[in-house]
Amino acid sequence: MVKDKKELAVAALKNGTVIDHIPSESLFQVVDLLGLQKLTSNVTIGFNLSSSEMGKKGIIKIADIEYPEDMLNRIALIAPTAVINIIKDYDVVEKRKVSLPDSLIDIVKCPNPKCISNNEPMRTRFDVVSHKPLSLRCHFCECVASAAEITLK
Amino acid sequence: MDKKSLVSISDLSKEEIVGLLNKAAEFEKNPNQRILQGKVVATLFFEPSTRTRLSFETAVNRLGGRVIGFSDAKTSSQSKGETLKDTIMMVSNYADVIVMRHYLEGAARYASEISPVPIVNAGDGANQHPSQTMLDLYSIYKTQGTLENQVITMVGDLKYGRTVHSLLEAMRFWKPRFNFVACEELKMPDKYKRFCEMHGIEYRETTDFSEEVINESDILYMTRVQGERFSDVLEYERTKSLYTLHNDMLKSSKPNLKVLHPLPRITEISQDVDDNPKAYFFQQAKNGLYARQAILCRALGID
Repeated sequence: MVKDKKELAVAALKNGTVIDHIPSESLFQVVDLLGLQKLTSNVTIGFNLSSSEMGKKGIIKIADIEYPEDMLNRIALIAPTAVINIIKDYDVVEKRKVSLPDSLIDIVKCPNPKCISNNEPMRTRFDVVSHKPLSLRCHFCECVASAAEITLK
Repeated sequence: MDKKSLVSISDLSKEEIVGLLNKAAEFEKNPNQRILQGKVVATLFFEPSTRTRLSFETAVNRLGGRVIGFSDAKTSSQSKGETLKDTIMMVSNYADVIVMRHYLEGAARYASEISPVPIVNAGDGANQHPSQTMLDLYSIYKTQGTLENQVITMVGDLKYGRTVHSLLEAMRFWKPRFNFVACEELKMPDKYKRFCEMHGIEYRETTDFSEEVINESDILYMTRVQGERFSDVLEYERTKSLYTLHNDMLKSSKPNLKVLHPLPRITEISQDVDDNPKAYFFQQAKNGLYARQAILCRALGID
């Protein structure tokens, strides 16, 4: 009976994308980042599910959509533990961890208030200086920001 | 990015820097030429900087080009809320190259990516000011005959001073040795010390502006300690006096030593240094003219 309930919480997907192992605290940021609010297809969002590895985790299941890899890799910025599963006809045909791209276009806001990107209607751009610990350099004002200083646009 | 724009000194290779220095030396021999005849150069100063603007405009005028522009954002449509992009797009209809000074960091990089004509950065906030670095390099090259193996002592505000940071980065090609002389509050940021370590550049840090440090230097690069960096007025006055150069401090210095300063100077170099042949800051500013002539010709693709 308990097993059945667990299966209900993570109902199987025929075709689409499953993003698993999202830290619970980042789940809704990931939802925003992918713009899931605007989708018309079937989306299941699991929040604070129990996980043996992470304690609590979030999961997102999106039916009938396959995202380009670079779009999903943006998730690495806020949810570096996330795992992507591509589902075709109920089978996992691809499983991989997200990996941060070398440059981030229009995802992050520059922490420097005197940066042109905070004062002009334009896209931001950051280059990854180091992955661990995360550090990004603004392409425009050249300031370097750590994970704690980063906010999403 | 457009290859001919100059946004940051780090955009230039060693060969390109050497090429610009040689070109500057040619202009010093013959500063009045007609090679920019028929060219229009825009100088857009969103933030006033009389010294830099006059230097660029003189560079254009002595090469026979024409100048358009503004010296203060209050007189441009910026004050009506126009975006930087719109200003750049409008001016690029008229000018062959745009020299711009802006109070926001990254403004020149952004402009260089949207502008159909080359951009020369004449300072973007606290970020970059590559023509200043070029004239500093030219001044060292000219007075020492080489850029190799120089002992460069930087004094004053090493934390916020963008000229010292850019000079430090540009010198990486020529095996310099640095002395960083500053108080605790204004010492060289870790980022630049790491840069030195990464490039195998030797440096020494001290809070003591001693004759021992001066006597081993080839270049003494003085900077202004600004009052607004200090919350305590007394602390500012004390620091200012500790990092002031007086003529008698130069008595045992090396014969080839030159004292540089990006200007304006307030009290950090006392007036009695001015008549010492080792004082080089006024000629250094003049070298800016030749360096900027070389930079404008590069931007316009004129050999």
